Amino acid sequence: MDKRQLGRWFPVFVLPTLAAFCVAFFVPFVLGVWLSFNRFTTVSNARFVGLENYIRAFTADSDFVRALGFSALFTAVSVVTINLLAFALALLLTRGLRGTNLLRSVFFMPNLIGGIVLGYVFSLLINGILSFWGVDITYSATYGFWGLVALNTWQLAGYMMVIYIAGLQNIPGELIEAASIDGASAATTLWRVKLPLVMPSITICTFLTLANSFKMFDQNLALTAGAPERETQMLALDIYQTFYGRSGWQGVGQAKAVLFFLLVAALATVQLRLTRSREVDA
Amino acid sequence: MKTGKRIVAVLLTATLLLCLGGCFGGGEDAAVTVRYLNFKPEIADKYQELANIYEQKTGVKVVVETAANNTYEQTLAAKMSTDEAPTLFQINGPRGYANWADYCADLSQTQLYQHLTDKTLAVKAGDKVVGIPYVVEGYGIIYNKAITDKYFALADRKTGFSSMEEVNNFNEFKALVEDMQANAEALGIKGVFASTSLKAGEDWRWQTHLANLPVYYEFTKNKVDLTSDAVGEIAFEYAPQFKNVFDLYTDNSVTEKKLLGSKTVMDSMAEFALEQCAMVQNGNWAWSQIADVAGNKVKAENVRFMPIYMGIEGEESQGLAVGTENFYAINAKATEEQQKAAADFIYWLYSDEQAKKYVTEEFGFIAPFDTFGEANRPADPLAGQVMDWMNKEGITSVPWQFTLFPSARFKEDFGASLLKYVQGSKDWDTVVRDTVDGWKKESSAAAL
Repeated sequence: MDKRQLGRWFPVFVLPTLAAFCVAFFVPFVLGVWLSFNRFTTVSNARFVGLENYIRAFTADSDFVRALGFSALFTAVSVVTINLLAFALALLLTRGLRGTNLLRSVFFMPNLIGGIVLGYVFSLLINGILSFWGVDITYSATYGFWGLVALNTWQLAGYMMVIYIAGLQNIPGELIEAASIDGASAATTLWRVKLPLVMPSITICTFLTLANSFKMFDQNLALTAGAPERETQMLALDIYQTFYGRSGWQGVGQAKAVLFFLLVAALATVQLRLTRSREVDA
Repeated sequence: MKTGKRIVAVLLTATLLLCLGGCFGGGEDAAVTVRYLNFKPEIADKYQELANIYEQKTGVKVVVETAANNTYEQTLAAKMSTDEAPTLFQINGPRGYANWADYCADLSQTQLYQHLTDKTLAVKAGDKVVGIPYVVEGYGIIYNKAITDKYFALADRKTGFSSMEEVNNFNEFKALVEDMQANAEALGIKGVFASTSLKAGEDWRWQTHLANLPVYYEFTKNKVDLTSDAVGEIAFEYAPQFKNVFDLYTDNSVTEKKLLGSKTVMDSMAEFALEQCAMVQNGNWAWSQIADVAGNKVKAENVRFMPIYMGIEGEESQGLAVGTENFYAINAKATEEQQKAAADFIYWLYSDEQAKKYVTEEFGFIAPFDTFGEANRPADPLAGQVMDWMNKEGITSVPWQFTLFPSARFKEDFGASLLKYVQGSKDWDTVVRDTVDGWKKESSAAAL
């Protein structure tokens, strides 16, 4: 098919998606960025104030910076725990053990539960355990932090496991066989053969966990809601609280949201570049 | 692919313009409907029934939408920017008005306002009336008379009281509560008070309602003009009294102090309903929650109200805290017909015999309009108690001044502070200092 013909089919195949993309993503996004330079209660009574909202996001209180720190730490820890667990599970479930299929579904399932429900269930579990010491999850930010990490790991590991399984199954059998004939130990095979070949999966998985952990909202709201004293408040929750906590601060919340977007986009780009460069073709 | 790119460009601009037009143009509704954004999820179904009756009678369609608990402002903000903006909504007082000033129509000429018994209750801006209160509510300490009577019948009790009417100040109340706690086993309760729910979002009974009393007494003592900037600062003079009662709640509670951070209001009401405790601080709206708890043991004739005593001078004549944060407002940006339809609907709601029956019996409202007589006394036992307290000789109700609290943010911070205090990680002086600072800071932040 030549290019001209491709162009002719454009309205049929691309237009619907493009229209949906515009309505659901492009327009709200542009509107959102514009609103971050305004003082407003609803989108129809916005008044332009320039950079004021961005300045207030940092100067009014230390919430944004604190939430940023908490989110960053949480993301760093989560990316490690999730990917280690997911990869270990994937290795375990590609060895032809009995019940592999059942176990794969079991590990995947937490991912299908909504964040609020999960947060609620985990708060019951964690509070149940902590009650032996006569405290609950709101008692210290450390409890909240590790509670969130546990929740997030439990929820996302199954999903990442599926991606790793697909990656591991794509490794040609000859390569593994050749390695074993050459006398490579299991550890060497894992390190020198399997890992380089699942690099694309690792890219995808770190990208997904990074973005998901950094953007986490409902689990945060349901598990700790920031207690004690906003110490476990992550960025998305802080944006929400800023938007709704005071009248006249919607613009500041919007400004924080724009900064949040830039951060996530920058992080993801850097991360994607870094891992891409290490991918190998089989 | 030049055409492709061009199409993309055109499309993107077109949708953007279209949306901007849509957002700012505002749609026009052919048939006049009343769009009501309801604040109270607990009676959403009943509102819908009434709306159907109204439509049958007058042909005017009433769309009732309800915001989930604690999300009214958010929902309103989201809905206001759509084509289907509410024509009838509610504001929570002067601060709420400041938020929605552009959207509040003048209601001074509406029929409903003419029938308001106490015109000072309305929210006013200059000569304009912008909010009509449609229900007054009261809160205090709800107690279970069955359990207190059981206590008064105990042979080895240490206090000399023989009925709750004799308790009318903090010292007496404290003595009673502490002796009841000592006899908890004999009374079959786990603690005198239900859990002091301090989970984020569930702490409004303390950071708003309980805090109302010291703030009210402070403003009254210093003769502060409530419409002036003087409300931008508090000294929290009555903090020790606040601490008195707050400590009493947490020291004699069903739940250990360090576990209060996960308790919800619903938990507390369930404890009360299941007779695990004898008292709980809440308002008349709580009756439906108590009655709905599975296995509820509390009988309607046994739920009683008493004022919250905290050790303030002259509190013997203090009544319940009575007021409202529910004011009808009509969207000034709606068309004339829509505004009139909304005004007609609310007047019907509080004047039609059938609707009035709903208001008192199903909603359990204490309606502040002269269209309601003795015959419309609410069936709800707590609402009835509020009326009794309001009519008691020599008793003055405490008005709701928490509508003057600077922001939701202030209340959240205060609640979080209280949680840290009961957990033992913040001392009381710091709580007081943070509260005073927070009030000042939030007042100036809101004024920006």
